[in-house]
Amino acid sequence: MSDDSPFVVEMKKITKKFPGLTANDNVDFHLRKGEIHALLGENGAGKSTLMNILAGLYEPNSGEIYVKGQQVRFRSPRDAIKAGIGMIHQHFMLVPTQTVTENILLGLDEPKFIMNLSKYDEIIRQLGIENNLIVDPTAYIWQLSVGEQQRVEILKMLYRGCDILIMDEPTAVLAPQEIDVLFNTLRSMTEKGKSIIFISHKLNEILEIADRVTVLRRGKVTAADMPIEGVTKEELASLMVGREVIFNIDKSACHAGEPVLIVENVYAENDKGLPALKGVSLQVCAGEIVGIAGVAGNGQRELAEVIAGLRKIQSGSIRSKDLDLTKVPIKKAIEEGIAYIPEDRHHVGTAPNLSVVDNLIMKNYDQCPISKGIGMDEGAARAYAESLKDEYDIIVPSIDTPVRLLSGGNLQRVILARELSNMKSLLIAVQPTRGLDVGAIEGIQRMLLKQRESGGGVLLISEELEELVSLSDRIYVMYEGQIMGEVHDGDIRKIGLMMTGTRLEDIPEEKTEVTEGEKA
Amino acid sequence: MEKQAVIQQKRKGFHFRLQVEERSDEPPKWLSPLLTVLALVVAFAIAGILIALVGGDPIYTYSRMWKAAFGTWFAFSDSLTKAIPLIFCGVACSLAFHMKIWNIGAEGQFFLGAFGASLVVLAPIVPKGSSSWVYIPTMMLSGMIFGALWGFIPGYLKAKLGVNEIISTLMLNYVAVAWNNFFLFGKWSYQGFQMSEKFPKEALLLRLSDIAKKYNIKALQGMALHLGIIFALVTAIIMYFVIYKSKWGYEIKLTGDNPNAAKYAGINIMRNTILVMALSGAIAGLAGASEISGVVKRFQGSISPGYGYTGVIIAWLSKLNPLMTIPVSIFFGGLIIAGREIQPSGIPKMIQGIILVCLISFDFFLHYRIRISRISAFAEE
Repeated sequence: MSDDSPFVVEMKKITKKFPGLTANDNVDFHLRKGEIHALLGENGAGKSTLMNILAGLYEPNSGEIYVKGQQVRFRSPRDAIKAGIGMIHQHFMLVPTQTVTENILLGLDEPKFIMNLSKYDEIIRQLGIENNLIVDPTAYIWQLSVGEQQRVEILKMLYRGCDILIMDEPTAVLAPQEIDVLFNTLRSMTEKGKSIIFISHKLNEILEIADRVTVLRRGKVTAADMPIEGVTKEELASLMVGREVIFNIDKSACHAGEPVLIVENVYAENDKGLPALKGVSLQVCAGEIVGIAGVAGNGQRELAEVIAGLRKIQSGSIRSKDLDLTKVPIKKAIEEGIAYIPEDRHHVGTAPNLSVVDNLIMKNYDQCPISKGIGMDEGAARAYAESLKDEYDIIVPSIDTPVRLLSGGNLQRVILARELSNMKSLLIAVQPTRGLDVGAIEGIQRMLLKQRESGGGVLLISEELEELVSLSDRIYVMYEGQIMGEVHDGDIRKIGLMMTGTRLEDIPEEKTEVTEGEKA
Repeated sequence: MEKQAVIQQKRKGFHFRLQVEERSDEPPKWLSPLLTVLALVVAFAIAGILIALVGGDPIYTYSRMWKAAFGTWFAFSDSLTKAIPLIFCGVACSLAFHMKIWNIGAEGQFFLGAFGASLVVLAPIVPKGSSSWVYIPTMMLSGMIFGALWGFIPGYLKAKLGVNEIISTLMLNYVAVAWNNFFLFGKWSYQGFQMSEKFPKEALLLRLSDIAKKYNIKALQGMALHLGIIFALVTAIIMYFVIYKSKWGYEIKLTGDNPNAAKYAGINIMRNTILVMALSGAIAGLAGASEISGVVKRFQGSISPGYGYTGVIIAWLSKLNPLMTIPVSIFFGGLIIAGREIQPSGIPKMIQGIILVCLISFDFFLHYRIRISRISAFAEE
């Protein structure tokens, strides 16, 4: 990537104000032809706003945009696409019951009336091969994996003649292998002259894939158009959050106590009625963090749900001390202090239209002091919410704000505040840091360690391997609904092999130094 | 392609444009009442144009309507009387709607409530000649039980079998009418008419006109307003506290907003679905019982011009707040009375419809804002 490549996008002094905040404050952004340009920033730094402006979703309050040298003014995404700019959103906009070709053609003027799909199937197949985006044009969207769906979204933009692609956190939904495939695709596209804007807050990925990076913090540019070569992760992180971020977590030695969770030979089905857990057994003791590693969709979510009592099991047993979690109502488990941070913050963890107060008291509204006869003590509830708000740094205009207006990080803090304050013995945390910025991640990881030190047992289910290894005392690896094995020393090589379906006992020992003593 | 890429708007004559944006913050508190007032103004303006188009005088029509509904104490008493079943049905629907259970069956529950109250007199459950202290509570209770039963059925079906409550409650409305007709045409038919004999006066709710007679107060003479208004107000107040101040109310709101979160918080959704439907039915049943005992005075057919369905509208316009159902119901009661004054049907129904459409459309501004921005000459080029 040479410096003298022409600019394909120039955004000059872009300012965008929303009520109460300035999302972009005099932001400059430049994209060169054929480069992958990362846009880095914390949640709420203004990355998405800036890109939504470029994609025609918002109009800036002031500033100028030039595409390929000419000033433009976008009124809608359609205008942006005409100018060759296509945005691939984090949440795909595809019709599940239609085929790939139908989805790509959706909303276009051609074909006019008679579909003649087979002709277009061929065109799209060719387009896919050219761009290293292999997907069957006749397949229905619901049959495709997330990675394949993403390819369809990219194809959709390429078919419309876009040569500038904005990818909004494209790796957030992908499994590690799919990320590699995506990166290969992106590289081959830039070789063909396409230019890509890569929005992310994952530093490793940016270092791996990007040619240049622009960093935003609180709506302002902290590093403009910086070549990625020679930049370290720590430098990027401090540009992003404005202070040094500690990556190595200090953690005291593990003092595991009595088991607080015993899962034995559990079988359960997923939402589609297919077996999701096939004889899972594991233990979590007081004072330790136990990690569950695995590629998404190998039964981790179902495992969390059966423990939390949200999913029925077919056989096996789940006990916490003398409590049979498969028999007692969820309420009983909550009263016993079993806390659960669900994977899905919006659809399980919170009630979007209810206030921060109502969301914080979800687990103890019927306990003293909030409960008062058949009524609720509003004063006590508010006082409780205020104290949690301060303790957990939840940033909201007021505790009466509906939580749908909260940012991802604050929403997660609401959930954490609620769960951790009600936790006594066991915490099940599923992807507690997903989608959060570095500062928030650090805070949450500290909270998990605090629970461990105060003698709670934590079951941490995560797809962030780095996080798992640094936090966990032991790690189980799940593959296709089974536990492949357990590691105590965070041996990444073994975890990786188990994640792809090799049992621990079948893993050949490496010649170099190997720690002994781990058994499945 | 490259030329197309440059998007320039050159619409001559327009130097400003409208832009609709979703609100990213909470609307201010004064906005909602202001919009309600604006919606009413717009609705009456539209209706006025239509009245003028059919050859009427809108101003005169509205002044006559106002007089007929609220112009005199006598008229106001009539409007309040009409508001009684509306408050009950509005509250009944509000409760269910808080849990996002779409109970469209208040009409049927109203009919069963009327049946339950009549059963006390006609079966008879209470011996003839009992005092009103025996009659009235028994009738109200019986009305509530039958209404509750009519709510329990769809509630149970929804909770246990996942039957869509919109369909089941709607269908049960027709069953309720047929059920009442079975008794009207048969056992309880009075001299072959499709009505029962008149209830004894101990089984009737106290009216203002009764008080006028007893204490010889001229001012209250002939006023039809009955004790049901007290029942309705008390019910609305109690339900306000149940929904907004009780733990059960919290469970209902949480379930309504996100059933997954409710399940995750350990709330028994199945039990609450059945309870909410039964209680909603009981309140609508109370409407039927009070109407029979306070207005109709006997068991007969066509006792409701759609109170149950209007209850759905009232719940919606009150933003599901039981206390708000009171003024909204009085307003609608007034509209019903005023409608009779100007035309037996047609225009009054139309005005109701226009008000409803306007009120609901104006909610748009609660969630979106409209920005008017000037296109500067610079940007134009």
